[in-house]
Amino acid sequence: MSLNGLFRVSRAVKSGGKLLNKTCGVGSTDSQSPRFFRTHPRSLVYAKDLFLGNIAKKEVFPYPEISNEELDELNQLVAPVEKFFSEDVDSKKIDEEAKIPPETMSGLKELGLFGMQVPEEYGGLGLSNTMYARLVEIISLDAAITVTLAAHQAIGLKGILIAGNEEQKARYLPKLSSGEHVAAFCLTEPASGSDAASIQARGTPSKDGKHFLLNGSKIWISNGGIADVFTVFARTEVVDKDGNTKDNISAFIVERAFGGITSGKPEDKMGIRGSNTCEVHFENTPVPIENVIGEVGGGFKVAMNILNSGRFSMGSVSAGMIKKLIELTAEYAGTRKQFNKSLAEFGMIQEKFALMAQKAYVMESMAYLTAGMMDRPGVPDCSVEAAMVKIFSSEGAWVCVSEALQVLGGLGYIKDYPYERYLRDCRILPIFEGTNEILRVYVALTGMQYAGKILTGKIMDMKKGNLGVVLEMLGKRLRDTVNKKVDFGLMGKDGVVHPSLMENSKKLEENVYSFGTTVESLLYRFGKTIVDEQLVLKRVADIVINLYTMTAVLSRASRSISIGLRNHDHEVLIANTFCAEAYFQNNYLMAQLEKNSPENNDDSIKKIAMQVLEKRAYVCSHPLDRTF
Amino acid sequence: MSGRVLVGVKRVIDYAVKIRVKPDKTGVVTDGVKHSMNPFCEIAVEEAVRLREKKLMKEVIAVSCGPQQCQETIRTALAMGADRGIHVEVSGKDYENLGPLQVSKIMAALAKKEEASLVIVGKQAIDGDCNQTGQMTAALLDWPQGTFASEVSVDGDGLKVEREIDGGLESVRIKMPAVVTADLRLNEPRYATLPNIMKAKKKKIASVKPADLGVELTSRLEILAVEDPPQRQSGVKVESVQDLVTKLRDSGTL
Repeated sequence: MSLNGLFRVSRAVKSGGKLLNKTCGVGSTDSQSPRFFRTHPRSLVYAKDLFLGNIAKKEVFPYPEISNEELDELNQLVAPVEKFFSEDVDSKKIDEEAKIPPETMSGLKELGLFGMQVPEEYGGLGLSNTMYARLVEIISLDAAITVTLAAHQAIGLKGILIAGNEEQKARYLPKLSSGEHVAAFCLTEPASGSDAASIQARGTPSKDGKHFLLNGSKIWISNGGIADVFTVFARTEVVDKDGNTKDNISAFIVERAFGGITSGKPEDKMGIRGSNTCEVHFENTPVPIENVIGEVGGGFKVAMNILNSGRFSMGSVSAGMIKKLIELTAEYAGTRKQFNKSLAEFGMIQEKFALMAQKAYVMESMAYLTAGMMDRPGVPDCSVEAAMVKIFSSEGAWVCVSEALQVLGGLGYIKDYPYERYLRDCRILPIFEGTNEILRVYVALTGMQYAGKILTGKIMDMKKGNLGVVLEMLGKRLRDTVNKKVDFGLMGKDGVVHPSLMENSKKLEENVYSFGTTVESLLYRFGKTIVDEQLVLKRVADIVINLYTMTAVLSRASRSISIGLRNHDHEVLIANTFCAEAYFQNNYLMAQLEKNSPENNDDSIKKIAMQVLEKRAYVCSHPLDRTF
Repeated sequence: MSGRVLVGVKRVIDYAVKIRVKPDKTGVVTDGVKHSMNPFCEIAVEEAVRLREKKLMKEVIAVSCGPQQCQETIRTALAMGADRGIHVEVSGKDYENLGPLQVSKIMAALAKKEEASLVIVGKQAIDGDCNQTGQMTAALLDWPQGTFASEVSVDGDGLKVEREIDGGLESVRIKMPAVVTADLRLNEPRYATLPNIMKAKKKKIASVKPADLGVELTSRLEILAVEDPPQRQSGVKVESVQDLVTKLRDSGTL
């Protein structure tokens, strides 16, 4: 870890300690000690080095493992959940009636699924991120239940968990983990979706100074109609140390019992229909000042931390869904015959299964790699990695479900089969928890900001006349032009990648190196205005996502071969195929990012868009129109 | 009465798995195949736990005989509410030859050692389908037995057992200590909830060897071969009753 990183970690740990008293820290692999929560950023883990053209080997190799004891425990936990979902959950009925039956809800509560990550001392299961990811893989069999549970614990009560004080935890967590109380996360407003910092709900201090009066309207609140405890974000006037009054966002724990809270009628949605989504209105709701989470005015950070901490699980949710679909669809493809051959013998059908298998493999690899990194001691900030998992998994799930439906042809379109329900349920994945567009910007900008800082530092050093730095940069340039070979030490002595993945490991190294130079040249070309170049940022994000997926896949496959997991040959095949494809995609994207690149149509694209949006309609004349 | 219930639980191949015979015909493929607790054993555990919850019994002990993996099955029983577990270590050749006779000797020895008032087991295991262990255990202990139980209630110092028999239902009253074997309709086993699984981690599982109990495991049976049942032949459609009679005569059935 760089010196910068070390300083940041120690500072974060110290300040984190203030925020959380004794519960600061991160999950340990010792299953006897309780698992904690990481709180304060900011020691970015792996992605940041990619932007500098470096591979932080230690962070991602070897692939994270859990102890035998934990694995045993996990398998024990998985069994009853699988049984419950295969026998007692009627997803079709839940979708049709747009409601989760009370018996199913009690079953989920009794199983203990409402407090998976809440520490045992507050009545929860105290699961680590990795174990949580494993369990939601099974829960993904029913999307409405997944969203209901996630809205409750991954975001609804997470604020109390990661930023609440002892008193708040002791008061609220026990009933929330048993499911006696359900939680919801209230951030989004009619005029503030992606632009979360612009929310208008307000908390005004009461005359006696003991309460905040909450006023505002929130929309798209999952569990909004059934929740008893809300984590609400609203603006509050804060006087900072210079005496200036600012309007910052604060996070509040609000009980429905406080009064003044009304929920609208449940939204009639395309998918996840069993999950309750509605408007929530607050009218002069009195919130005791003890219910502020963290500091007054520090709510936005709390919101971002909450959202960042749950995102990675979308990887295992999607993987679980696709694995199930592969089973169902393969059964059909193997038995259905046309032209005297089973569907499984046709190339285009085979391609779909290869796609689904690859995507599922990648999603799993990314999700558990990220979860494993998050479970490490220290305060690793995996928000960029988690965002990448979310982007890849949400889009991958949509594509795979669509292809699976296609294999079934007409039958896939019929409501008697679950495919159309899976498709409708999946469509929300790229939208909620941060739209993929916003997350791409986040991934690209965070990385480029980091790279920019380091590079500016180097340039300043050069300007100051630091000879060492100048020589280093010159040397690097010279080496590039003369010697095309790149070596980050993934192979060879101290190599971490298995020889059967050698080809693609070299391709990854090549890609990472070129990416580093691409980032440099982009920063040089655009400087600060890069913030507005969305199409550039999109490509940057796509490249990083590819690099991360390649890394995850190589790391996992290497481990599988080294320890001799069942079917590791198949894994190597998938890994190699996926990486080869990703490598070419990256090269194309990087070519498009070069200055005056002929492959880049961005300017034309922008022009078309502007003309259409100006007229707010399709602009071309009708093909049948005449002028004479 | 000590109020101790001994429950036998067996680790078997999960009921939903498609069984495949090993190529050398010595048995079925168990490697890498999903295993779980025998469904009738689950019912037995549930009944024992309910008796304790009704305060009719004081302690439930779950017992399993087999290799290391049996501990998972015992843990499931602990998660369902059993108080402690006993793992009787049997592995290798001994495990392959472990049958109802050997298990019942072990159960009998344990019942005496733990001074149990009641032994409950599933009526049969879904792999062997022997339906012998409960009966043999009772005989070895010289205890009364209530088998194929669809309802069990405590009646003074004995038990009233409703048995499912071919002709219908039979009620018997047996004195305790006794052996009961659980049938399908005895109860609906509870799910092992995740919090209970976590709590079960703290419960103890003691390990013993059959030799410690004075039981020797030699088997009087030798498995000669294990084969798939014959493939079902397709039927033949006939046009008239006359044809049917002719066909039956030809095949020697008539």
